Amino acid sequence: MEPEQLEHTEEAVLTKVIVFQLNEEEFAIDVRRIQSIEKVKSITRIPGSAAAIVGVMNLRGIITPVIEVRTLFQIQGREMDEHTRILVLVREEYEAGLIVDGANDVMDIDLNRMEAPPESSGHRKNEYVDGVIMVDGRLITVLDLDKLITPLIK
Amino acid sequence: MDNKEYLTLFIEESQEHLQAVNTHLLELEKNNGSKDIISEIFRSAHTLKGMAATMGFEDLAHLTHHMENVLDQIRNDQLTVTPAVLDVVFESVDDLEYMINDISSGGSGKKDVQGAASKLEALLAGDKAAETASASNVSPEKHSVIPEYDQYEWAVIQESEEQGYHALCLNVTLDEQTMLKAARVFMVFGVVEKAGEVINCQPAMADLEAEAFENEFTVTLITKEEPENLQAQIAGISEVTDVHVHVVKKETVQTKHEEQSITEEKNQELSPPSNKAEMPQRQTEAVKTVRVNTDRLDKLMNLFEELVIDRGRLEQLSAELKHSELTDTVEHMSRISGDLQTIILTMRMMPVENVFNRFPRMVRSLSKELGKKIELDIVGADTELDRTIIDEIGDPLVHLLRNSLDHGIETPEVRKQAGKPETGTVTLRAYHSGNHVMIEMEDDGAGINKEKVIDIALSKGIIAAEDVEKKTDQDIYGLLFASGFSTAAEVTDISGRGVGLDVVRNTFESLGGIVSVDSEPGKGSIFSIQLPLTLSILDVMLVEAGEEKYAVPISSIVETAIITKDNIFHSHGQRVIDFRGRIIPLLSLHQVFAIPGSQEERSQHSIVVINKGGKIAALMVDHLVGKQDIVLKSLGPFLPDIASISGATILGDGNVALIVDVNTLIA
Repeated sequence: MEPEQLEHTEEAVLTKVIVFQLNEEEFAIDVRRIQSIEKVKSITRIPGSAAAIVGVMNLRGIITPVIEVRTLFQIQGREMDEHTRILVLVREEYEAGLIVDGANDVMDIDLNRMEAPPESSGHRKNEYVDGVIMVDGRLITVLDLDKLITPLIK
Repeated sequence: MDNKEYLTLFIEESQEHLQAVNTHLLELEKNNGSKDIISEIFRSAHTLKGMAATMGFEDLAHLTHHMENVLDQIRNDQLTVTPAVLDVVFESVDDLEYMINDISSGGSGKKDVQGAASKLEALLAGDKAAETASASNVSPEKHSVIPEYDQYEWAVIQESEEQGYHALCLNVTLDEQTMLKAARVFMVFGVVEKAGEVINCQPAMADLEAEAFENEFTVTLITKEEPENLQAQIAGISEVTDVHVHVVKKETVQTKHEEQSITEEKNQELSPPSNKAEMPQRQTEAVKTVRVNTDRLDKLMNLFEELVIDRGRLEQLSAELKHSELTDTVEHMSRISGDLQTIILTMRMMPVENVFNRFPRMVRSLSKELGKKIELDIVGADTELDRTIIDEIGDPLVHLLRNSLDHGIETPEVRKQAGKPETGTVTLRAYHSGNHVMIEMEDDGAGINKEKVIDIALSKGIIAAEDVEKKTDQDIYGLLFASGFSTAAEVTDISGRGVGLDVVRNTFESLGGIVSVDSEPGKGSIFSIQLPLTLSILDVMLVEAGEEKYAVPISSIVETAIITKDNIFHSHGQRVIDFRGRIIPLLSLHQVFAIPGSQEERSQHSIVVINKGGKIAALMVDHLVGKQDIVLKSLGPFLPDIASISGATILGDGNVALIVDVNTLIA
């Protein structure tokens, strides 16, 4: 989202997003980009792959790479538990799964109310952050999936 | 009219016809103008012209037309076949090929063919009569179109005349507004077929049924019916605007065929049985085959792959449950799906001929360019390979062939001095060998200069000087395929296109193939390529290391064995074992893939002995799980070049196992 568009606040542009947690933070991805939300199944490690790719899993006959978003965000890892979910993204050129700490919320957010990401949020890279938005007292970071995923494709 | 749905068919068929023209032209050169061959070429060119015109590719039709004129003169002995004539014809075939390729890749198929056309024109003998007559075939005057009959049809016409029948040629014109042209054609044929026997229709019946014509068509039939009667009957069919009937007689056509054609036809008369025997046979063959879109075959294969995975799952379940009826059923299903697998795989098979058939042309023109005399001998062109492999091996084989022609075969003078026949021979051989197809390219040229190879390899730093001694001859020759070997100094127009033989090797290896080379100085070299029969379903040995399972293709396994600690030795800090009297390196799957958890210390180890082009090594694993058929799947765009992994597969329990790329394990 370009900064000048952020200023158009007259009209509400509602977008359905899936909200998921990583550690204590909440993130949102456009629901149209998510094919399904899966429980963690057996993941096969790929020796010598990029650190963020934990392995591949069998998703209804398709071998799907599984990406640990925490590694990309350079935030502390956490053991998988019963809340861990895999968000399955589908694009024409790839399918991929993202490991998240639980995804249980679908909400409509108004993209016009989205604010630019805070300039210096510490050590985190934020080129794949579209912006942040406050919804009912919760701060949600909206992600740009293409910027997040595409660098991983060689 | 929307031509799109015919376009694929058109491209396929015209490629086939062009290939036929190519092959027959080469034969023609060898056999010095055999009539049969010229007729074949003429027929292919004629069909091509018709199709191109129907599809609206004018340049294509135009050039083919000029080519046809030249062929016609050759056929009628007005023009003798000389290499110079063939060069021009070949050149225009190249242009045709270019245009069809352009169409196939979505282009308009347009090309300036004037140059090639005028060259063809220049070949034509001064006989204007033939020229104009042929030309009138293409832009026919209305109502007097006489289609071109082939020799067989002429024989039939003549025979029927002798028996009191006559041949009638009907030019039927339909109303331009006609919606259901095929239906009108059907009605016309209803009348015509009642009256007699149809021997020729133009456009071809299939095109008429498919409405692939403007609004005119021509039918020739043998009948006793009076022309006027027939004309009246057909004119009575609605939406037929015009019918013109005339009697076809030999004399009417002799105006366009010169005197030579009479003798030709007389020859035909003498040998109609052979022609007749040929015709029905061709028809039955046509019924036996069905063209299937390759997409559908791929879909079928994909579905079947799913089935193979489920089969694995069922087999595993039934083994666990030990229910006898279930076991029986699963076993039966496994057998059936095994048969199904064979059928589907064979359906995807194509003869290597599809790749080989462009080589004779290439050898012809390259040997001229190089000033060498080279004969290409093709053996086993009917050997079949999976379509996916066929699609890939063309370019690397071209590269190897160019290499053989350029560097392998010597010039005639050198060969003469060496006491060899002036003409060099390159033999391209394909044959089945177990689960593989072997393709060999053998030349009787100078062989590989070992010293030169070593010099280059040393100067490029591909091998170290101290290693040279240890290398066998085969190892040295193998350096030709090392990356960075190809030198600028030897890049010629022919074999060097900026890529070295390493690219060739990589392509074959990515297909699961193995390339090797052997040579004898002064006698020649032989490049051998071992290719798997199919790509998608693999026979593997499942092995376990730590918690992980890997699949090793059976094709690269020599054997499996159990070794004790005492069998392991150390040499230069590397572990080796004595395998049947050979000292071979011992690799550990744990180390190769950095498998988490340390390898158990134990007194016995399972090993898999793997082979890559004659080099062997042992791979130590924790357990051998067993043999299995698996479906090869790609790891996708995120994981393109994982070292020593060639792909993945889904096992019976739904888990993913990685497939070990043995080629990279053996240096």
